[in-house]
Amino acid sequence: MVPLSSYLILSAILFSIGVVGFLLRRNLIVLFMSIELMLNAANLAFVAFSRFLHSMDGQIFVFFVMSVAAAEAAVGLAIIMAVFRTKETVNADEVNLMRW
Amino acid sequence: MLETAFFIVLAVLTVITAILVIVQRNPVVSAIYLIITLFCLAGIYLLLQAPFIAVIQVLVYAGAIMVLFLFVIMLLNLEKEKKLITRHRLPKVLGILLGIVLLAQLGVLFRSILLEGAQGQFPPEKVAALGNTEVIARLLFTDFLLPFEITSVLLLVAIIGAIVLAKRQI
Repeated sequence: MVPLSSYLILSAILFSIGVVGFLLRRNLIVLFMSIELMLNAANLAFVAFSRFLHSMDGQIFVFFVMSVAAAEAAVGLAIIMAVFRTKETVNADEVNLMRW
Repeated sequence: MLETAFFIVLAVLTVITAILVIVQRNPVVSAIYLIITLFCLAGIYLLLQAPFIAVIQVLVYAGAIMVLFLFVIMLLNLEKEKKLITRHRLPKVLGILLGIVLLAQLGVLFRSILLEGAQGQFPPEKVAALGNTEVIARLLFTDFLLPFEITSVLLLVAIIGAIVLAKRQI
């Protein structure tokens, strides 16, 4: 059987890829995809713990995380649409009205 | 043995496609790679004996959310990014450095995890006998009823918020 630590290491790698993508990329849509990667890494850790602790709570949590992710994607993409309409760009560097 | 082989194949595919998501210039290609990543994760959920989660991963993530992404990319009619990442050198180096440090920290943390806590009431044999979906549904409508109802309010707020934000004039 695959040990718990392999699943958790995979989750850590996915989360780090998401963080690096979020920090490096400047396209708002790709930033969003990086957030989805991080959410999925957390989901993987939840399901792995749920399996190895013999508890269903982790899978229920993943269910809630997915509904929050769906809501977040809908609202976030609407915000990106609004930004594109006013700024004609989705580059995060050029959306700097509130930057210090 | 077979399980390990499946896990290795799926894990390697997941990591490779995840890296491709963040290095592609074209957001459409990024989105396609992200869909492959999500499918591989659904396979890993199957290995973890969570078929319900695997199915809603494909339905909700690879289906609904990624289709939403692709529609928005097509509506915005984006061109390829001329420069992949930010102009300055320092944020790039710092970003990669931070990612490596984070990975090292998480790796050390996860290697030292010992499952010593109390085991739950749902060993895999019992879940297999009852049916994974049935167990989740039973819990969802009893112990987790309040969060479940709050989720419905959250989705309503998201619907209204998305319409208000995306519409030109209300």
